[in-house]
Amino acid sequence: MTQTRRQFVGNGLAVAAAFFGLPHIASAATLEEAIAAFTSGSDAGADGITLIAPEIAENGNTVPIEVSAPGAAAIMLLAARNPSPDVCTFEFGPAAGSQMVSTRIRLAGEQEVIAIARMADGSFKQARQNVRVTIGGCGG
Amino acid sequence: MAENIVPRVRVPRDAKAGDVVSVRTLISHPMESGLRRGSDGNLIPRQIINRFTCTFNGATVVDVTVHPGVSTNPYFQFEAKVDASGTFAFSWYDDNGSVYTDTAEIAVA
Amino acid sequence: MNKKTLLGGTAAAIVAVVAAGVGFADIRTGDSLVINGEIQIVTETAPPAFLEGVFNTVYSGWVFRTDETRAMQADDFDNPAMLYVEQGQTAFDTPMGTEGKSCASCHDNAESLAGVRATYPKWDAAHGAIQTVEMQVIECQTERMGVAEPYGYDSQQMRNMVALIASVGRGQTVNVAIDGPAADAWEKGREIYYTQYGQMELSCAQCHENNYGNLIRADHLSQGQVNGFPTYRLKNANIVSVHNRFRGCIRDTRGEPYAIGSPEFVALELYVASRGNGLSVEGPAVRN
Repeated sequence: MTQTRRQFVGNGLAVAAAFFGLPHIASAATLEEAIAAFTSGSDAGADGITLIAPEIAENGNTVPIEVSAPGAAAIMLLAARNPSPDVCTFEFGPAAGSQMVSTRIRLAGEQEVIAIARMADGSFKQARQNVRVTIGGCGG
Repeated sequence: MAENIVPRVRVPRDAKAGDVVSVRTLISHPMESGLRRGSDGNLIPRQIINRFTCTFNGATVVDVTVHPGVSTNPYFQFEAKVDASGTFAFSWYDDNGSVYTDTAEIAVA
Repeated sequence: MNKKTLLGGTAAAIVAVVAAGVGFADIRTGDSLVINGEIQIVTETAPPAFLEGVFNTVYSGWVFRTDETRAMQADDFDNPAMLYVEQGQTAFDTPMGTEGKSCASCHDNAESLAGVRATYPKWDAAHGAIQTVEMQVIECQTERMGVAEPYGYDSQQMRNMVALIASVGRGQTVNVAIDGPAADAWEKGREIYYTQYGQMELSCAQCHENNYGNLIRADHLSQGQVNGFPTYRLKNANIVSVHNRFRGCIRDTRGEPYAIGSPEFVALELYVASRGNGLSVEGPAVRN
Protein backbone atom coordinates (compact mmCIF):
# COMPACT_ATOMS: atom_id res chain seq x y z
CA MET A 1 0.00 0.00 0.00
CA THR A 2 1.35 3.40 -0.87
CA GLN A 3 0.59 6.19 1.48
CA THR A 4 0.88 9.93 1.06
CA ARG A 5 2.35 12.11 3.76
CA ARG A 6 -1.08 13.62 4.33
CA GLN A 7 -2.66 10.20 4.80
CA PHE A 8 0.13 9.28 7.15
CA VAL A 9 -0.38 12.37 9.28
CA GLY A 10 -4.12 11.78 9.18
CA ASN A 11 -3.71 8.22 10.35
CA GLY A 12 -1.44 9.40 13.11
CA LEU A 13 -4.08 11.85 14.30
CA ALA A 14 -6.70 9.13 14.15
CA VAL A 15 -4.50 6.90 16.27
CA ALA A 16 -3.89 9.72 18.72
CA ALA A 17 -7.63 10.30 18.90
CA ALA A 18 -8.18 6.62 19.49
CA PHE A 19 -5.80 6.75 22.42
CA PHE A 20 -6.78 10.01 24.05
CA GLY A 21 -10.09 11.08 22.60
CA LEU A 22 -12.66 8.55 23.63
CA PRO A 23 -13.87 8.92 27.18
CA HIS A 24 -14.48 5.23 27.86
CA ILE A 25 -10.85 4.40 27.18
CA ALA A 26 -9.45 7.44 28.96
CA SER A 27 -6.37 5.60 30.12
CA ALA A 28 -4.14 7.79 32.23
CA ALA A 29 -0.97 8.75 30.43
CA THR A 30 1.34 8.33 33.39
CA LEU A 31 1.46 6.27 36.54
CA GLU A 32 1.26 9.40 38.71
CA GLU A 33 -1.84 10.59 36.90
CA ALA A 34 -3.47 7.19 37.18
CA ILE A 35 -2.82 7.07 40.91
CA ALA A 36 -3.91 10.67 41.43
CA ALA A 37 -7.16 10.02 39.56
CA PHE A 38 -7.96 7.28 42.05
CA THR A 39 -6.67 8.80 45.28
CA SER A 40 -7.19 12.50 44.55
CA GLY A 41 -3.66 12.97 45.81
CA SER A 42 -4.19 11.41 49.24
CA ASP A 43 -1.34 9.49 50.84
CA ALA A 44 -1.70 5.73 51.11
CA GLY A 45 -0.80 3.56 54.09
CA ALA A 46 0.87 0.18 53.64
CA ASP A 47 -0.93 -1.92 56.27
CA GLY A 48 -4.05 -3.96 55.62
CA ILE A 49 -3.44 -4.71 51.96
CA THR A 50 -1.80 -7.84 50.58
CA LEU A 51 -0.58 -8.20 47.01
CA ILE A 52 0.50 -11.63 45.81
CA ALA A 53 2.39 -11.72 42.53
CA PRO A 54 5.07 -14.12 41.29
CA GLU A 55 8.65 -12.93 41.79
CA ILE A 56 9.37 -14.31 38.35
CA ALA A 57 6.69 -14.57 35.68
CA GLU A 58 7.28 -17.16 33.00
CA ASN A 59 5.63 -15.00 30.39
CA GLY A 60 4.47 -11.40 30.58
CA ASN A 61 1.26 -12.19 28.71
CA THR A 62 -0.45 -13.95 31.59
CA VAL A 63 0.72 -13.09 35.09
CA PRO A 64 -1.51 -14.27 37.94
CA ILE A 65 -2.13 -11.58 40.57
CA GLU A 66 -4.08 -11.75 43.83
CA VAL A 67 -4.89 -8.78 46.03
CA SER A 68 -6.74 -8.56 49.30
CA ALA A 69 -7.72 -5.47 51.27
CA PRO A 70 -10.36 -6.23 53.93
CA GLY A 71 -12.84 -3.38 54.20
CA ALA A 72 -11.98 -1.81 50.86
CA ALA A 73 -14.62 -0.13 48.73
CA ALA A 74 -12.45 -0.42 45.64
CA ILE A 75 -9.08 -1.79 44.59
CA MET A 76 -7.06 -0.48 41.66
CA LEU A 77 -4.32 -2.53 39.99
CA LEU A 78 -1.52 -0.80 38.11
CA ALA A 79 1.56 -1.92 36.19
CA ALA A 80 4.14 0.83 36.57
CA ARG A 81 5.93 0.41 33.27
CA ASN A 82 3.26 -0.84 30.90
CA PRO A 83 2.47 1.38 27.88
CA SER A 84 -0.60 2.36 29.88
CA PRO A 85 -0.28 1.70 33.61
CA ASP A 86 -3.99 1.07 34.26
CA VAL A 87 -4.83 -2.61 34.54
CA CYS A 88 -8.23 -2.77 36.22
CA THR A 89 -10.27 -1.40 39.11
CA PHE A 90 -12.58 -3.51 41.25
CA GLU A 91 -15.55 -1.77 42.93
CA PHE A 92 -17.12 -3.94 45.62
CA GLY A 93 -20.89 -3.99 46.05
CA PRO A 94 -23.15 -4.98 48.94
CA ALA A 95 -23.10 -8.67 47.92
CA ALA A 96 -19.31 -8.92 48.00
CA GLY A 97 -18.17 -11.60 50.45
CA SER A 98 -14.67 -10.23 50.84
CA GLN A 99 -12.34 -7.72 49.27
CA MET A 100 -10.07 -10.31 47.76
CA VAL A 101 -9.69 -10.73 44.01
CA SER A 102 -7.55 -12.69 41.56
CA THR A 103 -6.93 -11.95 37.92
CA ARG A 104 -4.32 -12.39 35.18
CA ILE A 105 -2.51 -9.39 33.79
CA ARG A 106 -0.03 -8.34 31.11
CA LEU A 107 3.38 -7.05 32.04
CA ALA A 108 5.59 -5.47 29.38
CA GLY A 109 8.85 -6.47 31.03
CA GLU A 110 10.14 -6.40 34.60
CA GLN A 111 8.33 -3.82 36.69
CA GLU A 112 6.41 -3.06 39.84
CA VAL A 113 2.81 -4.14 40.17
CA ILE A 114 0.89 -1.72 42.38
CA ALA A 115 -2.39 -2.25 44.20
CA ILE A 116 -4.19 0.67 45.82
CA ALA A 117 -7.29 0.18 47.95
CA ARG A 118 -9.81 2.90 48.68
CA MET A 119 -11.20 2.04 52.09
CA ALA A 120 -14.80 2.59 53.19
CA ASP A 121 -13.68 5.55 55.32
CA GLY A 122 -12.05 7.27 52.34
CA SER A 123 -8.46 6.46 53.31
CA PHE A 124 -6.07 4.62 50.98
CA LYS A 125 -3.72 1.67 51.30
CA GLN A 126 -1.05 0.67 48.84
CA ALA A 127 1.10 -2.42 48.17
CA ARG A 128 3.81 -2.86 45.57
CA GLN A 129 5.70 -5.86 44.31
CA ASN A 130 8.39 -6.17 41.72
CA VAL A 131 7.86 -8.90 39.10
CA ARG A 132 10.64 -10.11 36.85
CA VAL A 133 9.46 -11.31 33.47
CA THR A 134 11.40 -14.18 31.95
CA ILE A 135 12.92 -13.68 28.55
CA GLY A 136 11.85 -16.82 26.73
CA GLY A 137 14.50 -19.02 25.22
CA CYS A 138 12.61 -19.79 22.08
CA GLY A 139 10.13 -17.72 20.11
CA GLY A 140 8.48 -20.97 19.00
CA MET B 1 -11.75 -11.46 15.49
CA ALA B 2 -14.45 -11.58 18.05
CA GLU B 3 -16.01 -14.87 17.05
CA ASN B 4 -16.53 -17.64 19.56
CA ILE B 5 -16.65 -15.46 22.63
CA VAL B 6 -17.78 -17.85 25.31
CA PRO B 7 -18.10 -17.05 29.01
CA ARG B 8 -17.48 -19.64 31.73
CA VAL B 9 -18.46 -19.19 35.36
CA ARG B 10 -18.20 -21.41 38.39
CA VAL B 11 -19.97 -21.04 41.71
CA PRO B 12 -20.79 -23.71 44.28
CA ARG B 13 -24.10 -25.52 43.76
CA ASP B 14 -25.16 -24.99 47.33
CA ALA B 15 -24.18 -23.16 50.48
CA LYS B 16 -25.44 -22.21 53.91
CA ALA B 17 -27.07 -18.84 54.54
CA GLY B 18 -24.42 -16.25 55.30
CA ASP B 19 -21.64 -18.23 53.63
CA VAL B 20 -18.93 -16.53 51.65
CA VAL B 21 -18.51 -18.42 48.39
CA SER B 22 -15.82 -18.27 45.74
CA VAL B 23 -16.83 -17.13 42.26
CA ARG B 24 -14.61 -17.75 39.26
CA THR B 25 -15.14 -16.35 35.77
CA LEU B 26 -13.35 -16.68 32.46
CA ILE B 27 -14.28 -15.50 28.96
CA SER B 28 -12.60 -16.29 25.67
CA HIS B 29 -11.68 -12.90 24.26
CA PRO B 30 -8.60 -11.62 22.41
CA MET B 31 -8.33 -8.41 24.49
CA GLU B 32 -6.76 -6.70 21.49
CA SER B 33 -4.81 -3.87 23.11
CA GLY B 34 -4.79 -1.42 20.21
CA LEU B 35 -1.01 -1.27 20.52
CA ARG B 36 -0.11 -4.16 18.24
CA ARG B 37 0.58 -3.93 14.55
CA GLY B 38 -0.80 -6.43 12.07
CA SER B 39 1.14 -8.02 9.24
CA ASP B 40 0.26 -5.01 7.08
CA GLY B 41 2.08 -2.71 9.49
CA ASN B 42 -1.07 -0.93 10.63
CA LEU B 43 -2.26 -0.84 14.22
CA ILE B 44 -4.86 -3.48 14.97
CA PRO B 45 -7.86 -1.60 16.41
CA ARG B 46 -8.41 -1.93 20.11
CA GLN B 47 -11.11 -4.37 21.11
CA ILE B 48 -11.26 -5.38 24.73
CA ILE B 49 -13.70 -6.25 27.45
CA ASN B 50 -13.81 -2.84 29.16
CA ARG B 51 -16.13 -3.71 32.04
CA PHE B 52 -17.19 -6.80 33.93
CA THR B 53 -19.97 -7.01 36.48
CA CYS B 54 -21.37 -9.67 38.78
CA THR B 55 -24.58 -9.35 40.76
CA PHE B 56 -26.34 -11.72 43.15
CA ASN B 57 -30.11 -11.42 43.25
CA GLY B 58 -29.69 -7.94 41.80
CA ALA B 59 -27.11 -6.69 44.31
CA THR B 60 -23.65 -5.88 43.02
CA VAL B 61 -20.83 -8.24 44.00
CA VAL B 62 -18.12 -6.59 41.91
CA ASP B 63 -18.02 -4.02 39.13
CA VAL B 64 -14.68 -4.07 37.36
CA THR B 65 -13.28 -1.40 35.05
CA VAL B 66 -10.98 -3.23 32.67
CA HIS B 67 -8.05 -1.88 30.64
CA PRO B 68 -5.81 -3.50 28.00
CA GLY B 69 -3.44 -4.53 30.83
CA VAL B 70 -5.72 -7.50 31.56
CA SER B 71 -4.67 -10.70 29.75
CA THR B 72 -6.31 -12.38 26.80
CA ASN B 73 -9.20 -14.59 28.00
CA PRO B 74 -9.89 -12.40 31.07
CA TYR B 75 -10.04 -14.26 34.38
CA PHE B 76 -11.59 -12.89 37.56
CA GLN B 77 -11.98 -14.64 40.89
CA PHE B 78 -13.68 -13.05 43.91
CA GLU B 79 -16.03 -13.87 46.76
CA ALA B 80 -19.73 -13.28 47.34
CA LYS B 81 -21.86 -13.46 50.45
CA VAL B 82 -25.06 -15.46 49.98
CA ASP B 83 -27.98 -15.08 52.37
CA ALA B 84 -30.61 -16.88 50.30
CA SER B 85 -30.95 -19.04 47.22
CA GLY B 86 -30.70 -17.11 44.03
CA THR B 87 -28.98 -16.20 40.82
CA PHE B 88 -25.61 -14.79 39.98
CA ALA B 89 -25.71 -12.66 36.84
CA PHE B 90 -22.51 -11.89 34.96
CA SER B 91 -21.96 -9.33 32.19
CA TRP B 92 -18.90 -8.63 30.07
CA TYR B 93 -18.95 -5.38 28.06
CA ASP B 94 -17.08 -5.39 24.76
CA ASP B 95 -15.62 -2.25 23.11
CA ASN B 96 -17.74 -3.10 20.06
CA GLY B 97 -20.94 -2.62 22.07
CA SER B 98 -21.67 -6.31 22.60
CA VAL B 99 -22.56 -7.48 26.08
CA TYR B 100 -21.95 -11.16 26.86
CA THR B 101 -23.94 -12.56 29.76
CA ASP B 102 -24.14 -15.68 31.84
CA THR B 103 -25.97 -16.78 34.99
CA ALA B 104 -25.45 -19.35 37.71
CA GLU B 105 -27.82 -20.60 40.38
CA ILE B 106 -26.97 -21.41 43.96
CA ALA B 107 -29.17 -23.19 46.49
CA VAL B 108 -28.80 -21.74 49.98
CA ALA B 109 -30.11 -23.69 52.94
CA MET C 1 24.92 -36.14 10.23
CA ASN C 2 26.82 -36.56 13.46
CA LYS C 3 25.47 -34.45 16.24
CA LYS C 4 28.65 -34.44 18.28
CA THR C 5 31.18 -33.40 15.71
CA LEU C 6 29.38 -30.85 13.61
CA LEU C 7 28.85 -28.12 16.18
CA GLY C 8 29.01 -24.79 14.40
CA GLY C 9 30.63 -21.80 16.03
CA THR C 10 27.35 -20.15 16.91
CA ALA C 11 25.83 -23.29 18.27
CA ALA C 12 28.93 -23.96 20.33
CA ALA C 13 28.66 -20.49 21.82
CA ILE C 14 25.03 -21.09 22.72
CA VAL C 15 25.80 -24.39 24.35
CA ALA C 16 28.57 -22.70 26.31
CA VAL C 17 26.12 -20.10 27.59
CA VAL C 18 23.63 -22.83 28.41
CA ALA C 19 26.27 -24.79 30.25
CA ALA C 20 26.98 -21.75 32.39
CA GLY C 21 23.34 -21.62 33.45
CA VAL C 22 21.89 -22.75 36.73
CA GLY C 23 21.17 -26.22 35.43
CA PHE C 24 18.88 -28.94 36.57
CA ALA C 25 19.44 -28.19 40.22
CA ASP C 26 16.75 -25.50 40.28
CA ILE C 27 14.12 -27.69 38.62
CA ARG C 28 11.93 -29.16 41.32
CA THR C 29 11.27 -32.80 40.55
CA GLY C 30 9.16 -35.24 42.49
CA ASP C 31 5.94 -33.20 42.53
CA SER C 32 2.80 -34.84 41.25
CA LEU C 33 0.10 -33.38 39.08
CA VAL C 34 -3.51 -34.26 39.81
CA ILE C 35 -6.04 -32.54 37.59
CA ASN C 36 -9.40 -31.56 39.12
CA GLY C 37 -8.42 -33.55 42.17
CA GLU C 38 -9.04 -36.81 40.31
CA ILE C 39 -6.96 -37.34 37.16
CA GLN C 40 -3.54 -38.68 38.14
CA ILE C 41 -0.85 -37.57 35.73
CA VAL C 42 2.50 -39.33 35.43
CA THR C 43 5.00 -36.51 34.91
CA GLU C 44 8.18 -38.50 35.60
CA THR C 45 8.83 -42.09 34.66
CA ALA C 46 11.41 -44.57 33.42
CA PRO C 47 12.44 -44.04 29.81
CA PRO C 48 11.25 -46.32 27.01
CA ALA C 49 13.71 -49.10 26.20
CA PHE C 50 15.31 -47.33 23.26
CA LEU C 51 16.25 -44.36 25.48
CA GLU C 52 17.88 -46.37 28.25
CA GLY C 53 21.30 -44.94 28.80
CA VAL C 54 20.18 -41.62 27.30
CA PHE C 55 17.75 -40.58 30.05
CA ASN C 56 17.46 -41.89 33.56
CA THR C 57 14.00 -40.39 33.74
CA VAL C 58 11.66 -38.88 31.21
CA TYR C 59 9.99 -35.69 32.40
CA SER C 60 6.83 -34.02 31.22
CA GLY C 61 7.28 -30.36 30.28
CA TRP C 62 5.12 -29.61 33.33
CA VAL C 63 8.09 -30.36 35.59
CA PHE C 64 10.09 -27.49 34.06
CA ARG C 65 7.49 -24.82 34.70
CA THR C 66 6.95 -22.43 37.59
CA ASP C 67 4.44 -23.01 40.38
CA GLU C 68 2.00 -20.53 38.83
CA THR C 69 2.04 -22.20 35.42
CA ARG C 70 1.83 -25.67 36.98
CA ALA C 71 -1.17 -24.64 39.06
CA MET C 72 -3.02 -23.33 36.03
CA GLN C 73 -3.12 -26.86 34.64
CA ALA C 74 -4.32 -28.53 37.81
CA ASP C 75 -7.91 -27.31 37.51
CA ASP C 76 -10.01 -27.21 34.38
CA PHE C 77 -11.45 -23.86 35.31
CA ASP C 78 -8.03 -22.32 35.70
CA ASN C 79 -6.77 -23.89 32.48
CA PRO C 80 -7.60 -21.45 29.68
CA ALA C 81 -7.21 -24.24 27.11
CA MET C 82 -10.51 -25.65 28.30
CA LEU C 83 -12.26 -22.73 26.58
CA TYR C 84 -11.07 -24.24 23.32
CA VAL C 85 -12.03 -27.74 24.41
CA GLU C 86 -15.58 -26.46 24.93
CA GLN C 87 -15.58 -25.02 21.43
CA GLY C 88 -14.33 -28.37 20.17
CA GLN C 89 -17.17 -30.08 22.01
CA THR C 90 -19.72 -27.82 20.32
CA ALA C 91 -18.23 -28.66 16.93
CA PHE C 92 -18.22 -32.36 17.84
CA ASP C 93 -21.97 -32.26 18.36
CA THR C 94 -22.76 -30.15 15.28
CA PRO C 95 -23.54 -31.82 11.93
CA MET C 96 -21.20 -30.87 9.12
CA GLY C 97 -21.00 -31.88 5.48
CA THR C 98 -23.43 -33.42 3.03
CA GLU C 99 -24.02 -36.59 5.04
CA GLY C 100 -25.65 -34.57 7.81
CA LYS C 101 -23.50 -36.27 10.41
CA SER C 102 -21.74 -34.86 13.41
CA CYS C 103 -18.77 -36.51 15.07
CA ALA C 104 -21.26 -37.65 17.70
CA SER C 105 -23.32 -39.50 15.07
CA CYS C 106 -20.64 -42.21 14.92
CA HIS C 107 -18.69 -41.70 18.15
CA ASP C 108 -21.60 -41.04 20.57
CA ASN C 109 -19.55 -38.78 22.75
CA ALA C 110 -16.02 -37.46 22.98
CA GLU C 111 -15.29 -39.72 25.95
CA SER C 112 -15.59 -42.73 23.64
CA LEU C 113 -12.35 -41.45 22.06
CA ALA C 114 -10.46 -41.48 25.35
CA GLY C 115 -7.92 -43.98 24.04
CA VAL C 116 -7.03 -42.06 20.89
CA ARG C 117 -4.50 -39.45 21.97
CA ALA C 118 -2.31 -41.96 23.80
CA THR C 119 -1.71 -44.13 20.72
CA TYR C 120 -1.35 -41.54 17.97
CA PRO C 121 0.37 -41.05 15.61
CA LYS C 122 -0.29 -44.60 14.46
CA TRP C 123 -0.19 -46.78 11.39
CA ASP C 124 -3.33 -46.69 9.28
CA ALA C 125 -3.50 -49.80 7.13
CA ALA C 126 -6.23 -48.48 4.83
CA HIS C 127 -4.13 -45.46 3.93
CA GLY C 128 -0.80 -47.24 4.14
CA ALA C 129 0.60 -44.40 6.18
CA ILE C 130 1.14 -43.08 9.68
CA GLN C 131 -1.76 -40.88 10.70
CA THR C 132 -1.86 -38.14 13.29
CA VAL C 133 -5.05 -37.22 15.14
CA GLU C 134 -5.40 -34.27 12.80
CA MET C 135 -5.20 -36.52 9.73
CA GLN C 136 -7.79 -38.80 11.29
CA VAL C 137 -10.16 -35.86 11.78
CA ILE C 138 -9.69 -34.85 8.14
CA GLU C 139 -10.30 -38.45 7.08
CA CYS C 140 -13.59 -38.55 8.97
CA GLN C 141 -14.64 -35.23 7.49
CA THR C 142 -13.83 -36.05 3.87
CA GLU C 143 -14.51 -39.80 3.72
CA ARG C 144 -17.47 -40.19 6.04
CA MET C 145 -19.11 -36.81 6.63
CA GLY C 146 -19.07 -35.34 3.14
CA VAL C 147 -17.21 -32.21 4.16
CA ALA C 148 -15.86 -30.49 1.05
CA GLU C 149 -13.47 -28.25 2.93
CA PRO C 150 -12.13 -30.07 5.96
CA TYR C 151 -10.43 -28.24 8.80
CA GLY C 152 -7.01 -26.86 7.98
CA TYR C 153 -4.30 -28.91 9.66
CA ASP C 154 -3.35 -26.10 12.04
CA SER C 155 -6.63 -24.15 12.04
CA GLN C 156 -8.28 -23.02 15.27
CA GLN C 157 -11.15 -25.44 14.64
CA MET C 158 -8.73 -28.34 14.23
CA ARG C 159 -6.80 -27.40 17.34
CA ASN C 160 -10.07 -27.15 19.27
CA MET C 161 -11.08 -30.64 18.10
CA VAL C 162 -7.70 -32.20 18.83
CA ALA C 163 -7.68 -30.51 22.24
CA LEU C 164 -11.08 -32.08 22.97
CA ILE C 165 -9.81 -35.52 21.94
CA ALA C 166 -6.69 -35.07 24.09
CA SER C 167 -8.68 -33.79 27.08
CA VAL C 168 -10.83 -36.90 27.32
CA GLY C 169 -7.68 -39.03 27.24
CA ARG C 170 -5.87 -37.28 30.07
CA GLY C 171 -4.28 -39.69 32.47
CA GLN C 172 -3.97 -42.48 29.89
CA THR C 173 -0.45 -43.74 29.34
CA VAL C 174 1.22 -42.62 26.13
CA ASN C 175 1.94 -45.78 24.18
CA VAL C 176 2.62 -45.20 20.49
CA ALA C 177 3.74 -48.21 18.48
CA ILE C 178 7.19 -47.88 16.97
CA ASP C 179 7.66 -51.28 15.41
CA GLY C 180 5.96 -53.23 12.64
CA PRO C 181 4.56 -50.99 9.93
CA ALA C 182 5.44 -47.89 12.01
CA ALA C 183 9.13 -48.70 12.04
CA ASP C 184 10.08 -46.89 8.84
CA ALA C 185 8.42 -43.62 9.81
CA TRP C 186 9.80 -43.90 13.34
CA GLU C 187 13.33 -44.35 11.97
CA LYS C 188 12.84 -41.33 9.72
CA GLY C 189 11.62 -39.30 12.70
CA ARG C 190 14.63 -40.40 14.73
CA GLU C 191 16.95 -39.25 11.98
CA ILE C 192 15.28 -35.83 11.86
CA TYR C 193 15.57 -35.59 15.66
CA TYR C 194 19.33 -35.93 15.50
CA THR C 195 19.86 -33.81 12.39
CA GLN C 196 21.23 -30.31 12.86
CA TYR C 197 19.18 -27.61 11.21
CA GLY C 198 19.64 -24.00 10.24
CA GLN C 199 22.43 -21.49 10.54
CA MET C 200 22.67 -22.33 14.23
CA GLU C 201 23.23 -25.97 13.35
CA LEU C 202 21.04 -27.25 16.15
CA SER C 203 19.34 -30.61 16.37
CA CYS C 204 16.36 -31.39 18.60
CA ALA C 205 18.73 -33.49 20.70
CA GLN C 206 21.22 -30.72 21.44
CA CYS C 207 18.62 -28.75 23.37
CA HIS C 208 16.15 -31.37 24.55
CA GLU C 209 18.35 -34.43 25.13
CA ASN C 210 21.72 -32.95 26.08
CA ASN C 211 20.64 -29.76 27.81
CA TYR C 212 17.20 -30.20 29.33
CA GLY C 213 16.98 -28.43 32.66
CA ASN C 214 19.62 -25.93 31.62
CA LEU C 215 18.81 -22.35 30.84
CA ILE C 216 18.42 -21.02 27.34
CA ARG C 217 18.43 -17.30 28.02
CA ALA C 218 16.16 -17.11 31.08
CA ASP C 219 14.08 -20.15 30.22
CA HIS C 220 14.47 -23.79 31.22
CA LEU C 221 14.84 -26.21 28.36
CA SER C 222 12.51 -29.19 28.67
CA GLN C 223 12.91 -32.67 27.24
CA GLY C 224 10.64 -31.58 24.41
CA GLN C 225 7.92 -34.08 25.27
CA VAL C 226 4.66 -33.72 23.33
CA ASN C 227 2.30 -35.49 25.75
CA GLY C 228 0.79 -32.11 26.70
CA PHE C 229 -0.23 -31.08 23.17
CA PRO C 230 -2.19 -29.28 22.00
CA THR C 231 -0.85 -27.00 24.67
CA TYR C 232 -1.97 -23.57 25.85
CA ARG C 233 1.05 -21.34 25.54
CA LEU C 234 0.97 -18.24 27.68
CA LYS C 235 3.01 -16.57 24.96
CA ASN C 236 0.34 -17.17 22.32
CA ALA C 237 -2.65 -17.02 24.67
CA ASN C 238 -4.03 -19.86 22.58
CA ILE C 239 -3.61 -23.57 22.06
CA VAL C 240 -0.70 -24.60 19.87
CA SER C 241 -0.32 -27.79 17.82
CA VAL C 242 2.68 -30.14 17.91
CA HIS C 243 3.66 -29.29 14.35
CA ASN C 244 3.42 -25.57 15.02
CA ARG C 245 5.86 -26.04 17.87
CA PHE C 246 8.21 -28.10 15.68
CA ARG C 247 8.09 -25.35 13.09
CA GLY C 248 8.95 -22.76 15.72
CA CYS C 249 11.92 -24.78 16.92
CA ILE C 250 13.38 -25.21 13.46
CA ARG C 251 12.73 -21.56 12.67
CA ASP C 252 14.65 -20.64 15.81
CA THR C 253 17.64 -22.53 14.45
CA ARG C 254 17.35 -20.12 11.52
CA GLY C 255 16.48 -23.08 9.35
CA GLU C 256 13.74 -23.64 6.82
CA PRO C 257 11.04 -25.67 8.61
CA TYR C 258 9.13 -28.54 7.07
CA ALA C 259 5.49 -27.78 6.39
CA ILE C 260 2.88 -28.39 9.06
CA GLY C 261 1.27 -31.73 8.26
CA SER C 262 4.22 -32.83 6.10
CA PRO C 263 5.41 -36.47 6.18
CA GLU C 264 8.60 -35.26 7.87
CA PHE C 265 6.74 -33.65 10.77
CA VAL C 266 4.39 -36.63 11.02
CA ALA C 267 7.43 -38.90 11.35
CA LEU C 268 9.03 -36.55 13.85
CA GLU C 269 5.80 -36.43 15.88
CA LEU C 270 5.72 -40.23 15.98
CA TYR C 271 9.32 -40.40 17.15
CA VAL C 272 9.01 -37.61 19.73
CA ALA C 273 5.73 -39.03 21.03
CA SER C 274 7.45 -42.40 21.49
CA ARG C 275 10.14 -40.74 23.62
CA GLY C 276 7.32 -40.01 26.04
CA ASN C 277 5.90 -43.54 26.11
CA GLY C 278 5.09 -44.08 29.76
CA LEU C 279 4.10 -40.48 30.53
CA SER C 280 0.42 -39.56 30.76
CA VAL C 281 -1.59 -37.75 28.14
CA GLU C 282 -1.77 -34.23 29.55
CA GLY C 283 -3.17 -32.18 26.71
CA PRO C 284 -4.29 -29.56 26.71
CA ALA C 285 -1.45 -28.59 29.02
CA VAL C 286 -0.33 -25.08 30.01
CA ARG C 287 3.17 -24.01 29.10
CA ASN C 288 5.09 -20.74 28.80
